[in-house]
Order: sequence, then C-alpha cells, then structure tokens
Amino acid sequence: MSTERVLTDQMVAEIKAYFPRYPNRQAVTLPALHIVNEHLRHVPLQAVVEVAELLGLAPAQVQDTLSFYGFFKQDAPGGETRAWVCRSLSCALRGGEEVLEHMCKRLGVRPGETTADGKLTLEFGECLGACEYAPCMLAGEELHTCLDESTADKFIDSMRSSS
Amino acid sequence: MATYEPVLLANIGRENSHTREVYEQTGGYQALRKSLAMSQLDVTEQVKQSGLRGRGGAGFPTGLKWTFLPKDHPGPIYFCLNADESEPGTFNNRILMEDDPHQVIEGLIISCYATRATTAYIYLRFEYPKAYRRLQAAIDECYAAGYLGQNILGSGYSLDIYLHRGAAAYICGEETGLIESLEGKRAWPRIKPPFPAVEGAFRKPTVVNNVETAACVRHIMEKGVEWFRGMGVQPDPSNPRDPGSLGPKLYCLSGHVERPGCYEAPLGITVRQLIDEYGGGVWKGRQAKAVVPGGISMGLLGPDELDCPLDFAGPGKYGCLGLGTAAVVVMDDTVSIVDYLHNSARFFAHESCGQCTPCREGTSWALKILSRIKAGRGRLIDLQLLLEIGDGIGIIPGSTICGLSDGAAWPLKNAIRKFRGEFEEYIRKSNPSGYNNTEPVPAMPMESVH
Ligand SMILES: Cc1cc2nc3c(=O)[nH]c(=O)nc-3n(C[C@H](O)[C@H](O)[C@H](O)COP(=O)(O)O)c2cc1C
Ligand code: SF4
Repeated sequence: MSTERVLTDQMVAEIKAYFPRYPNRQAVTLPALHIVNEHLRHVPLQAVVEVAELLGLAPAQVQDTLSFYGFFKQDAPGGETRAWVCRSLSCALRGGEEVLEHMCKRLGVRPGETTADGKLTLEFGECLGACEYAPCMLAGEELHTCLDESTADKFIDSMRSSS
Repeated sequence: MATYEPVLLANIGRENSHTREVYEQTGGYQALRKSLAMSQLDVTEQVKQSGLRGRGGAGFPTGLKWTFLPKDHPGPIYFCLNADESEPGTFNNRILMEDDPHQVIEGLIISCYATRATTAYIYLRFEYPKAYRRLQAAIDECYAAGYLGQNILGSGYSLDIYLHRGAAAYICGEETGLIESLEGKRAWPRIKPPFPAVEGAFRKPTVVNNVETAACVRHIMEKGVEWFRGMGVQPDPSNPRDPGSLGPKLYCLSGHVERPGCYEAPLGITVRQLIDEYGGGVWKGRQAKAVVPGGISMGLLGPDELDCPLDFAGPGKYGCLGLGTAAVVVMDDTVSIVDYLHNSARFFAHESCGQCTPCREGTSWALKILSRIKAGRGRLIDLQLLLEIGDGIGIIPGSTICGLSDGAAWPLKNAIRKFRGEFEEYIRKSNPSGYNNTEPVPAMPMESVH
C-alpha cells in the first residue's frame, strides 16, 4: 500500500481552522471528513490515518466514526455530482420510487453507483425535508422539486452535456 | 382560524427575508435587546410562564428544561440547536432557516443568554445546503452587528455560534445521539439519566432545543407571555400536571393533498381542518384513507379519525404515539397500507443505529417480513410476528435506549390493528396456497437497505 500523503496543505489548513471552535480535537472529526470528502469525493483509509494524526486520535477512532455514517465512501471517488432521490413516504406517495427506478434505467446504474463517465453518483435518500415539493432530489447543492420522468430526463441530459 | 395572522412565518415570502436588513425592518433583534436588559433568570421565567413546549418531537416544557441546568455552574454551558430535521414528512425547520434565519438566530441568542451558555452549536443535517449558506451568512451579519461575539450590545454577555454539519443519519436528531456526533463519535444515543442538562456535550451541562422552539422564544420575549398563552389548548384545570398546548405551531402537510405546504396555526386544529381548510382537501377529489399525524414515527390515523386535534395530547387519544413534529402525511383511498408499512419499516431498518439488539434486529426483521408479504409470500401468522416486534421494542416497553424504536413500533401497531382486514385480504389473495402456513419459511433475498 502506498503511503503517499493524500491531505494537501490546503485541506490541512481548512481542518485546522475548525480547531478553535471546539473544546477538543475529536469534535473536528466530522468537519475534517467533510473537508476531505469535498476535495477527494471519498475518504480513503490513508486520509483517515492522516486526519487521526492531525486530531491526535487513533486511526481506528476516526474510522469508527466514518463507518457509522453511510455518507462517506472509501473505495473510490464518487461522481462529479452526487444526487439523492428521496424514497421516504411523502415522496413515495407522489411517485418518488418510480422516478428513481426510471433514472437508474436511463443511467444504467443501481442506487449507490456512479455512471461510467464519472459524472453522476445516483443514490436514494431518506426524507430530504422538502416534502411539500415531493417527489424531490438533492443534486449537489441543488434541490430538484416535483420530479417526474421528463424533468428527471432533463436533469440527466444536462449532466451528460456538462463538461 | 381563518383570521389567524402568522407570526413564525410572517416574513416568509418577503423579498430578501433572509437578510438582517429586512429582518430588522419588522422589529428584528428588539426581543434580544429587551432580553439582555433583563436578568437571565427573568428570561427563563418568562419562557416558563409562557407554557412553551419543545417543538422537536417530545413536547417537553422548554423553561422547565432550562431550570434543570445546575445552578452556579462554573461553565462552560453548551447550547445545541437541533437542526437535524429528518423525521419523514417534516420540513418546517428548513423553511425557517432558509427564509428567516435571523428569527432562528435571535431566538437562539436569547435562549443561550437565559441558560448562560457561551458556545452554541447548530447541528444541521447535511442535506440542507441552502440553510447552511443562509445561516452562516446570518451568523456573519450578527458578528458584524455586535449581536454575537464578545460583550453583546454592551451587555457583558458573550456568545459564539458555530454551524456543525451532520452526515445523513436520522439518529443524530435524538439529542444524545446529536451530542455524541458533535463530539466526533458514532451517534449512539446515551442512556439517560444523566440528562444533557446535567452532563451533555463534552461532559458539560447542555441544552438541546429545536429550531422552531428557538423561534418561539424570540416571539415570547417580544410579544409577551399573555400573547403566547392566548392561543392553543389551555391546560386541563382538573390536572395540575397538564401543561396544555399553547402558542402557534408550524404544521407540515404533504402527501395526497391539493396544496402541500407548511401552515401556521394555533395548536389544536384538527387533521380535517388542516387538510381541508389549509391544504385544499385531499387531491383529485378523493377520500383520505389514512393519515400520519406527526411524522411517520407517530403511527397512523384511520379514515374515521380525522377529527383528531393536533395538539400535544390529541394523537395519543387515537392510539398514536403523540404529536411528534406535527407533520401530517395524507394517503388517499388508492394507497395500499401494506406499501405504507413497508416504506416505514424500511426507513427504520435503515436508520436504527444498531446499539440495542431489540431495535436493530426488530426493525430489520419487520422489514424482512413486510418485504415477503409484499412479494406475495405472506402468512397470516406474520401479522402476529409484526405485532410482537411492535409491542416489544422501544423505551415505552423498556427494551431500548432511545425513542427511535418507539417510532418504528407505532406504525406497525397502528397499521396492523387499524387495518387488519386489509392486511389479511392482501395476504390471502397474494398467497392463496400459503397464507395459512405456519411452518418457518426461507427468507427472501433481501433488497438493499443500506
Ligand atoms: C430518533 C429521534 C430523532 C429525533 N430527531 C429530532 C430532530 O431531527 N430534531 C429535533 O429537534 N428533535 C429531534 N428529536 C427529539 C430530540 O431528542 C429532543 O427531544 C429535541 O431536540 C429537544 O428539543 P425541544 O425540547 O425544543 O423539542 C428526535 C428524537 C428521536 C428519538
Ligand atoms: S433504540 Fe435503536 S436507534 Fe435508539 S439507541 Fe437503541 S438501537 Fe439505536
């Protein structure tokens, strides 16, 4: 296994900026994982080791926290955009699961997988807290509301044509 | 009810409602000035007198919670604003944070002042990126205006507020799961006592309150106790321990209604009023078959239970767990209750933190059984199994650490007891050769939960 460092100086600086906010460094675990994830689109084990070193923790402590949240992927970077389609009750009542199935078919992926061009990771989400706009999807920072097959198609097309 | 003027939502829809400038045009930060001129005990006393009960789900009296903090503690005392809002059907915190973040922050600063907290963390679910931006911008504006930081408005009181983002786990909304997560650990809820007010974040006294609770505090301090007590359901005079259900409430309405949305009304409107008067009725001219009264954890009302009042005591009288988040989800007469229950079971199996065996195993077995029923391999005896799980998991029966499992149990108990005929018919019709089977059956290949 390569031990080349994966945390850049910038990431380290961003993580350290969180130190004064908390009475101890372990509390910086989640912010640090988010920072790494934003930069690398996953959190490889080597990053866990380096985060632990920064926070004065055992790597296993950071790994334990990371693995509790299904949110952080470790094996390989996710797509350029990560999209969550809600599958909870309010969205399901208005066709959310059908939209997710339709998108899976069109993209040739299952929930959790990334498209071959690396542009999109498609996932299911639990209630996104936007039930008045059901069914909805959060793609990156953008909420897509009142989805149906045709608006989902438009979203897919815009992803594909983005450079 | 139609004459009620929204207070919590008053600014929503105004142009630039999220900015300090617009917020201050409508009296913003006057309540803070007023509070800082009072003693901390007096602010707590006002909130106590108002009868405000927490809006995050449990309905615990807010002022009373604050008085559980140890007196004369040398500090630090922490305040955690619970903005994890993940109960399916619930979105009122999001609207407040996105479109009126200063209202939330003013309420938070006042709450921190009253509780002598010097650091506050807003634990915000990750899936609210717009709320994150808006809150951070509002916090920055507050530091610039002297509402945050050292010696706020010359009062001698100092406070810092930090945003802390979650990572997509429902359990981080449970107050001690939240604290563990904030501390950088897995979000395993703690056994209580000790309650957070005594030993919370970083082992220091900590108050956890919901976003809407903080917003209410702001208005109580501005408009007064009498105003707040003037609406809602008054305490039962024959029961000295009943705090009543006072003040305004943000009701979330979704599912099969014409106009889903967040509506503000005095506590105690009925489900039927919410659907018909606010939501424009059940969509497509259909009838309501079942209604979730307060987020899916609260269970299910049947079609003949729509006069259930949405106050803290109402849903309990109809066999539901409680008012919860007052998030009402309507299902029309085309919905299969089997599908509803499968959807609910899948959520809880996914979100159980895994710490307590009855919850971890119970929620995943409920999902396995419901998946099998849904796929046409159900047996009548399965309904008994599901009820056994429902009756066995939770803080109420005493088998688990936190309320997630009570929330998983209630949909099972309500749906099967209130819609038993539909489950039996579904099982008979979909599995004509095996519905009466009582032999163990091989498990279905599991669909992915995680
Ligand atoms: C599984 C579970 C999830 C919860 N999620 C939330 C939540 O997202 N937001 C919230 O304010 N309270 C949530 N609560 C309730 C909190 O534990 C706590 O009671 C509440 O934040 C206290 O604030 P309040 O007194 O202002 O209501 C949850 C409780 C449980 C058992
Ligand atoms: S009841 Fe369930 S969610 Fe709560 S602590 Fe136990 S296992 Fe975790």
